Amino acid sequence: MATETDALSRIRGWRKAGRYALLVTLAVIVLFPIYVMVVGSLKPGNKVLNDRLLPTNITFDAIRHAWQHGHLGRAMVNSAIVSAVITVAQLVTSILAAYAFVFLKFPGRSILFAVFLATLLVPLEATLTVNRRTMQSFGWLNSYKGLTVPFLATAFGIFMVRQVFLTIPKEMREAASMDGLGHIGFLREVAVPLSRPTLGALTLFAFLTSWNQYLWPVLVTTESRYNTVQTGLRALRFAALSEPNLLIAGTVIVALPIFVVLIAFQRQLVRGLTAGAVKG
Amino acid sequence: MTKRSARSRWRDSGLALLMLAPSGVILGMFVIYPLVKAVFLGRQRCSPTGKCPVTGGWQQYVDAFRSHEFQDALIVTIKYALITVPIGLVLGVGLAVLADKYLRGIGIFRTIFSSTVATSVAVASVMWFFLFNPNLGLLADWIGGVAKTPGLLQSPGTALWAVSASTIWANLGFTFIVVTAGLQSVPKDLYESAYVDGANGFTRFTNVTLPMISPVLLFATVVLTARAFESFGEIDLLTLGGPKAKTTTLTYLAFGKGLPTAADDGLRATVTVLLFFVLLILALLQFRGLEKRVHYGN
Amino acid sequence: MRFADPACAMAYPADVAQVRLANISKKFGGVTAVDDIELEIGDREFMVLLGPSGCGKSTLLRIIAGLEDPTEGTVTIGDRVVNDILPKDRDVAMVFQSYALYPHKTVQANIEFPLKVRGVDKPERAAAAKVAADSLGLGEYMNRKPGALSGGQRQRVALARAIVRKPAVFCMDEPLSNLDAKLRGETRAELIALHQRLESTFIYVTHDQVEAMTMGSRIAVMSRGHIEQVGTPQEVYDKPESVFIAQFVGTPPMNILPPGSIEPGEHLVGVRPEHLRVNEDGPISMTVTLVEQLGHEVLVTGLVGENRVVVREAAHAEQPAIGSTANLDAEVTTRHRFSALTQRRIDV
Repeated sequence: MATETDALSRIRGWRKAGRYALLVTLAVIVLFPIYVMVVGSLKPGNKVLNDRLLPTNITFDAIRHAWQHGHLGRAMVNSAIVSAVITVAQLVTSILAAYAFVFLKFPGRSILFAVFLATLLVPLEATLTVNRRTMQSFGWLNSYKGLTVPFLATAFGIFMVRQVFLTIPKEMREAASMDGLGHIGFLREVAVPLSRPTLGALTLFAFLTSWNQYLWPVLVTTESRYNTVQTGLRALRFAALSEPNLLIAGTVIVALPIFVVLIAFQRQLVRGLTAGAVKG
Repeated sequence: MTKRSARSRWRDSGLALLMLAPSGVILGMFVIYPLVKAVFLGRQRCSPTGKCPVTGGWQQYVDAFRSHEFQDALIVTIKYALITVPIGLVLGVGLAVLADKYLRGIGIFRTIFSSTVATSVAVASVMWFFLFNPNLGLLADWIGGVAKTPGLLQSPGTALWAVSASTIWANLGFTFIVVTAGLQSVPKDLYESAYVDGANGFTRFTNVTLPMISPVLLFATVVLTARAFESFGEIDLLTLGGPKAKTTTLTYLAFGKGLPTAADDGLRATVTVLLFFVLLILALLQFRGLEKRVHYGN
Repeated sequence: MRFADPACAMAYPADVAQVRLANISKKFGGVTAVDDIELEIGDREFMVLLGPSGCGKSTLLRIIAGLEDPTEGTVTIGDRVVNDILPKDRDVAMVFQSYALYPHKTVQANIEFPLKVRGVDKPERAAAAKVAADSLGLGEYMNRKPGALSGGQRQRVALARAIVRKPAVFCMDEPLSNLDAKLRGETRAELIALHQRLESTFIYVTHDQVEAMTMGSRIAVMSRGHIEQVGTPQEVYDKPESVFIAQFVGTPPMNILPPGSIEPGEHLVGVRPEHLRVNEDGPISMTVTLVEQLGHEVLVTGLVGENRVVVREAAHAEQPAIGSTANLDAEVTTRHRFSALTQRRIDV
């Protein structure tokens, strides 16, 4: 928290009230779309949005309908499976690779690391066409494999874990080897436990990004039973123009889990987002 | 090289290979290989008679680049970035600075301002789809005029702005969080020193805050710009690239519904490879140009 | 490195800059950092606020500078009550412990900053900055950024920035604590010279009693939010008002002997290490536990009963062996007497 000296936070009296007013106004503006959607999802029947802003009759009909009609239950399961698999895989592959880059000596280490890191420069779009073809040739369209395999490793994760492994003092490795720990032991007993906050942030990050993925699932699934929540929402969007309440309710359902996760893991997310941003 | 040092150089290699293999294989097969393959794929097209693939050579790239769909999409994308990035930064910084003071209950405001980071592209876009909808949305009733007929997303003049609004809103949480973290790492006594020297709030902001958060601002700029250039979901859900291709960004050009790229992998590859180069140049420019003004502390 | 000294450029107009603190208290929530402080600092004095961490000395300094508002009491600078006046209008400058240099600005821009804020135009600013920089030997570093300077150089930039405004009062918050020992010694001398040259009032906060003794014209010893004693360094050393002060000022600290050990009575007796003599007939019996050779003197540490006692001996005197017993005595005039109950000085 910044500035607690009297001098610099000399916000008193009417200036304080003014600031609160400003904050409230902005908060209202920011929350507005979310609020509209939540209220809209609780409205009965087919009442359109431009009715009152305050809900008079609260009913969960729209939500129930959206759930069934959009097969959102199935979509949730799909998203959960896909995200879980990707998250765990990214954690494992990143930890292993980062360990190798930090604690193992082998020729070409720096060059190889640079190559790995260079993949960060390649935008997702450039790989999609070919990857889709690859999925097609493996017969993995419309399957969990197709949704997950290309993302089982990421240079971003390797970079993050490497940065935190670098902060482990060399002496610790030396002491561990005097105690008889080999590499795997050291990884398990020392490196990973010491890096827990960063690993937590990476987990959160991986989970969020895979949950929110849009373009790839669109390209790689055509059957609705493989819809993730994002493509499920997309399907609703194109189908439900005549029943706006369904779409609104569907959006609220899809958005809810992430909001919950985020409120629960706020601190880790901040750490994750700022890992690369703030120097030092 | 003595036998001992040769052995120690290679000693870890076996284990290293094992540990690097999983990520190496994935990254190699799904990032590096596709990029390289796409470059070659981009030489191919489907002929007008529907026969694919027909290899036309590197000229395809030039043709695609020069085509007016590509140029238009490039311009749209640049406009989109020019709208969303500066406004997004200003708003993010503004909110972060506002919420940086010690007030009771400030935590709630911070949570609210970061909340948009919880929305996925799909969720945010659908939300705004509703707000903008001329028949259903509230904005139409409040603003009237073009918002009602034919609607902000449907009118060629406002469509891109409307899409930008939804993007700016969706990115607000990210920018806010990142800038807030940056603000907290500014040493308090720099502000105090400036205060004792007589600097008012604005002077402190320009002389202390802005320079000290410049790495964070660079980071945010790079991320927001990349997002703008890679935007797909927003377009897909809000405007489908229209009206009159006014919101067709480069990525949408490559992957959107009903576009010539949909059936033609070769063309798609061409566009995406060109996109890759655009992004590369952009990244280099940003780093070269902005890094000079970024100050990294002691 | 000595300061360069361009003739009279740094002499100040004689603004009266005495500082008076009356009934100053500062509470943070439930914690009282500073409790009902009265202090008068004379014009152009070098006043040192000395005390252990947490005693409130930095808080007091910040109140004088205007970074904190006192919960109670008034601050007067010159003839004005400045409680409601902003720091820049109080004519005070502050040197922070961490120097607080703007890392993105050059040395020159850093020094000029206070003037820039006041709207002084460029050529004037540059000239004033040059004078300040030259007086501190920074002339060739003007275009560097703080990151490229050593600790000592950065400290001088912080000083230059403070003096460029020609303030009446200089506040310094432990400015030497980030320097290594050798540099600290050199910089102490330079600060004393600076004070004489500038003829401003210096208010200096430190926990290091050597700094306080060598630099201050007067020392205010603080503990737990109170001022325990104000006096010249010699006064504080020769006549400490309390056991705390007696042991805080002077190194090795004064030996406090339990009642009845060296003279009859129920009061504590304090004797400085240099005043204890080995004397076969002495009333105190010490078991030697440590003998430290310093070259110019020898420190003999031992136990008197359960109390640890240190004796300063001349370099080539006969040195006792560890484990042996030595008898000690101290002349009556060198004994300090303190009430066992209040810990305060008793003058017999």
